[in-house]
Amino acid sequence: MTQQVKFYQTGTFTVGNRLLSPEERTVQASINRNNSLNSGHRACQGCGEALGARYAVDAAMRATGGRLVAANATGCLEVFSTPYPESSWQLPWLHSLFGNAAAVGTGIAAALQVKAQKAGKAQSDIRVIAQGGDGGTTDIGFGCLSGMFERNDDVLYICYDNEGYMNTGVQRSSATPPAARTGTTQALGEAPGAPFGQGKNVPLIAMAHQIPYVATATVADLRDLETKVEKAMTIRGARYLHIFVPCPLGWGSASRDTIKIARLARETGIFPVFEAENGAVTDVTRIRHRVPVEAYLRPQKRFAHLFGDPGHPETVARIQAGADRNIKRFGLLDAAEPGLEPLGRLDGSPRP
Amino acid sequence: MMKQIEGSEAVAEAVALCRPEVICAYPISPQTHIVEGIGALVKSGALSPCAFINVESEFAAMSVAIGSSATGARTYTATASQGLLLMAEAVYNASGLGLPIVMTVANRAIGAPINIWNDHSDSMSQRDSGWLQLFAESNQEALDIHIQAFKLAEELSMPIMVCMDGFILTHAYERVAMPSQEEVDAFLPPYEPRQVLDPDEPVSIGAMVGPEAFMEVRYLAHAKQTMALERIPEIAAEFEAAFGRKAGGLVRRYRTEDAETIVVALGSVVGTLEEAIDAMRDRDVKIGLLSIRSFRPFPLTAVREALQHAKRVVVLEKAFSVGLGGVVSTDVRLALSGIQLHGYTVVAGLGGRSITKDSLERMLADAVQDKLEPLTFLDLDWGIVNRQLAREASIRKSGPIAENLLRDLGTVQAKAP
Amino acid sequence: MLQIRIHGRGGQGVVTAAELLSVAAFEQGRHAQAFPSFGSERTGAPVVAFCRIDERPIRLREPILAPDVLLVQDPTLLHQVDVFQGLRSDGYVLINSHRSLGDLGIGELTDRFDKARLITVPATAIALQYLGRPMPNAVMLGGFAALTGFLSIDAVAHAITGKFTGEVAMRNIEGAREAYALVNERLSHRGEIPA
Repeated sequence: MTQQVKFYQTGTFTVGNRLLSPEERTVQASINRNNSLNSGHRACQGCGEALGARYAVDAAMRATGGRLVAANATGCLEVFSTPYPESSWQLPWLHSLFGNAAAVGTGIAAALQVKAQKAGKAQSDIRVIAQGGDGGTTDIGFGCLSGMFERNDDVLYICYDNEGYMNTGVQRSSATPPAARTGTTQALGEAPGAPFGQGKNVPLIAMAHQIPYVATATVADLRDLETKVEKAMTIRGARYLHIFVPCPLGWGSASRDTIKIARLARETGIFPVFEAENGAVTDVTRIRHRVPVEAYLRPQKRFAHLFGDPGHPETVARIQAGADRNIKRFGLLDAAEPGLEPLGRLDGSPRP
Repeated sequence: MMKQIEGSEAVAEAVALCRPEVICAYPISPQTHIVEGIGALVKSGALSPCAFINVESEFAAMSVAIGSSATGARTYTATASQGLLLMAEAVYNASGLGLPIVMTVANRAIGAPINIWNDHSDSMSQRDSGWLQLFAESNQEALDIHIQAFKLAEELSMPIMVCMDGFILTHAYERVAMPSQEEVDAFLPPYEPRQVLDPDEPVSIGAMVGPEAFMEVRYLAHAKQTMALERIPEIAAEFEAAFGRKAGGLVRRYRTEDAETIVVALGSVVGTLEEAIDAMRDRDVKIGLLSIRSFRPFPLTAVREALQHAKRVVVLEKAFSVGLGGVVSTDVRLALSGIQLHGYTVVAGLGGRSITKDSLERMLADAVQDKLEPLTFLDLDWGIVNRQLAREASIRKSGPIAENLLRDLGTVQAKAP
Repeated sequence: MLQIRIHGRGGQGVVTAAELLSVAAFEQGRHAQAFPSFGSERTGAPVVAFCRIDERPIRLREPILAPDVLLVQDPTLLHQVDVFQGLRSDGYVLINSHRSLGDLGIGELTDRFDKARLITVPATAIALQYLGRPMPNAVMLGGFAALTGFLSIDAVAHAITGKFTGEVAMRNIEGAREAYALVNERLSHRGEIPA
């Protein structure tokens, strides 16, 4: 199967563009990158989470000069990165439990702070990230996450969202989108796949805590992701980064399509990419070429039951309506199409 | 310095003297006064530098403690009952990772039915977790054991529970000798971690261990507790040399030398037992007491040595294994393997029911004449038990048990207990 | 060993009273143990607190079933709760009331006790006068010192300064001293007037 490859002009911010000045190149483009998640781990081919974790942690390592400690929840990332007796982590790393990564991060940060005070410093130069998948973040880890936010503990929490409990064999989490097939939301009966519920938008919930920084990103836009990590590291206090990471195995997509599917998630409006500070959206990544959700859904077998004869066109339409709502809510289009005019700001104040 | 203060306050001050660096706590009766006391010391600056974190659940408390201890900070928390259960996953995680967290368990019953009063079910429920478990008989001992606990935990790199009876000790005003900061500093050096999250020497902690090595890791925890059997008496001796009084150790014998009957017990009930034993000794009954201070590791040899010459052993416990009987008595029986004697389990004080000297004397009088059942529930109201059983036998929709019993007891009268 | 049982309602400082007694005893070089009948915090509900005082370390850890001294901070409990249960026949009773013993209607309940050791004191009124609040606990302890002589009023006063500060401590002490004087006066009058 061929893919179209586009060649970009020099001077653009293409990943790996050697013609950019060194400061403008991505961390990943540098041979001196930390490679925090070293090769040899056991992730599936095309794993979005492995990609996202390497991108994010390397960026954090550069931003902190390598002064970084990571707490990791149980899940795919933890399992494939530390297969007994090996570890692919190149930074101090602690795995405790499934639901407590945020609290463990809080504890690490507190200890570092006291140690720094004992050394006569106002604050520690060693920073903390806590990371986990959607299961460990939106479900079982939700209480600890909220506690960390509420106390404004100095931790950057990174959620790698592949929309399900993948490590245990693909089961539904509160991040699983409507109609998706998982082991516990089978493609059977009148409403195959996951039900249409309220969803749990953790980035918005993080914003409701009014923490200093919240951002979403995908593995399709490395530069954007790195910039957000580095920005987060300039801020002290509770920060949250939600990264969209396709899972070829769980989603039934081709392993070579991981980045493409992430891009489609952005371009359909299914996954809004934005930044927020202290409870208000400060920037959004506009959709460059809007595509209907079908382009995003078709390459994933977890949505296969929506297509075919007769398929579930009404469900596809509902999913499209959800994407449209995101476009309006976040103002994701430069020039709003009729019916997709942006709503007020997400903190309730009107757009200028 | 001698003080007349509440047990919780004594523990708070003693813990503060140990210079903890991170304290995380979630409130639950009857531990609240301890964390409030320490919190005040941190807020006022008396205990500094120290991070005092108000967490959102007990599960969060132990998780924060895990992160903190892994980063090399001396870490403390406290809980009881439901809180200990809620953090159970993290309790096992802490001992599996070998993190020397010190935790006070203000012993309290576990619901349902909800009950805030003292018994030992909470810490007993975690006896297999790998945590060291020490029991205090009095508030003086509670404060002394906390100081020993930090030393023991950090030497072995294992977490430790200091168990003190909720309300009976935590909320009682008693005379205590509070050590000075200099004395504690001389006894307890700064924490030197065996493993630590440090960017200068990165390590991965908490990775999966497969069948190839899991048994070895678990065995090592057991090996450490076996080492603790040696260290606990040694540290108690070091403590006595430094502070001038006895506290801790594995067991304590009281009038057991020529005793034909020996009562075994843990915690504050030991005081009331001594009074009962003295009264019976005055009537020439050859009876003595063995107080178990270290429950994990369980001092099999010390218990055997203390009990082996007795004719009968009565284990008086505030714990209960539904479907079997005693918890402590099961461990005691193991210590007595191969020795023929009469063994009795007396379950008492569950859910905070008072254990009185008179009641103990009556029960022990029966024991001495071998008139006790192998398993006895002290002061159980058989009337209301049988009424409920009859009720359930006669009708399917018999209603909630606890509410039925309370109705049978009559209007709850506010009479003197 | 001296065993004191204090009855009152939540919010009346019953537990504090027991603690203050234990501190006063401690400051006189004795061993003392004070503890409440434990329960969830609830204003207005009947509460009981206990204090044991002894020359030797106290090992007993049961509620006080046979008190030597009874302090009743709230007279509405007299007909609701069996406050006299277990009181020794030569025990002391101090009841917070502006009424006299005879007017309280507890004649039958107190028949078996030594009338010379039973007395009332208007602790709430004294508290209102000195503290401006109906908090009778410290005042009652002044009465206790006079009635039993087991602790000096100075020891009680000193214990109060350990628990309270400034104005509050001072006023509590004044209230306690007032009750001490009042009870002493009543007791001495009893000696002069035939029963």
